Amino acid sequence: MSKVIIPTPLRKFTNQEATVEAAGGTVLEAVNDLAGQYPALSKHLLDDGGNIRSFIRIFVGDEDIISLDKEATKIENDTVISIVPAIAGGSM
Amino acid sequence: MTEVSHKIDNQLLQRVNQIGKFIGNTPLFPLNHIFQKKGVSIYAKFEWQQLGGSVKARPAFNIIKQAITNGHLHKGKHLLDATSGNTGIAYATVGATLGIPVTIVIPENASEERKLILKSLGAELIYTSKFDATDGAQAKAKELFSERPDLYYYADQYANDANWQAHYHTTANEILSQTQGSVTHFVAGLGTTGTFVGTTRGLKELNPTIQAISLQPETALHGLEGWKDLETARIPKIYDPALADRNLHVTTGASYDLIKRVAKEEGLLLSPSAAANLSGAIQVANEIDKGTVVTVFADNAEKYGEVLKQLF
Repeated sequence: MSKVIIPTPLRKFTNQEATVEAAGGTVLEAVNDLAGQYPALSKHLLDDGGNIRSFIRIFVGDEDIISLDKEATKIENDTVISIVPAIAGGSM
Repeated sequence: MTEVSHKIDNQLLQRVNQIGKFIGNTPLFPLNHIFQKKGVSIYAKFEWQQLGGSVKARPAFNIIKQAITNGHLHKGKHLLDATSGNTGIAYATVGATLGIPVTIVIPENASEERKLILKSLGAELIYTSKFDATDGAQAKAKELFSERPDLYYYADQYANDANWQAHYHTTANEILSQTQGSVTHFVAGLGTTGTFVGTTRGLKELNPTIQAISLQPETALHGLEGWKDLETARIPKIYDPALADRNLHVTTGASYDLIKRVAKEEGLLLSPSAAANLSGAIQVANEIDKGTVVTVFADNAEKYGEVLKQLF
């Protein structure tokens, strides 16, 4: 299980949990599992096509998944995944 | 903040009045190409055409002016506030010209461009976690103020009435005068909510039939600088939910698409939040048969090089 760090604006949907465990071998699978555990999160994380919304930045460890394999980035047990609120023009 | 902590500096007040001539009175631009429908027009205020380069010049200047007038802020104190960018730039601009030091609490994931502008204007930057957005920056600013009330004047743009009053006293009158009284709808996004609250209050006092439509991002995480999803964010103290006749949602995707269209069709490079306001104005304009829809372009794309790189 990976650990997903939930940003403050989304904690309303995770019973105020700041970290949630999620199953899956890739970032997308883990995000899908997270959305399955907390269905109200789904519209904030995934678009109508089931892809991670393009304006959400996700880090695996310290690396932005944009510079890895994006949604298909592989994760292992204990990997820390961070969901980061965007600031328009932000470097994230 | 209620006690007069220093003698009012009249020389400083004189300088404030000089600076005031460069705040507000922005042009109202007709969007004739992007939207065409008989009997319906869309106009937008070019808010980047004032000192400080964005709509935030109005509240930042008014907050500083009121604080100096009331004796709460002077050259011996630092102005302190939390901001994701534009208000900070406006504070730093006005602060630099008045010789007042400015301390900005800002999420660490703000763009390098913004940080560089703020540093260049002499602002001290204090960073907060990228996970906590501007709500985290607000909490940190409050903490700093409670530790050193002797050092800081905490401007607290989210709770300071001088924020919305800036728009009540200026933006509303400008819109009514520039449209020769023909404005029927006012549309604006919610962030600190100062633009919407102040302009709407002013317009409705002048003409109660004007419809006010507030806009919010469709999701909690979005790419619209300065906007808040009030369902998940800390609700600003100055917000008045009774003011809006309607609330609409705008997506980041639609706004970014509009940035590209407006660049080609109107020759304007808009910021994400300006494009989002236009997206809301177009939604409203599409629904009516007759009327004049007015919105504000908070800033242009100058500070959004990283967004432009994604789009073009």
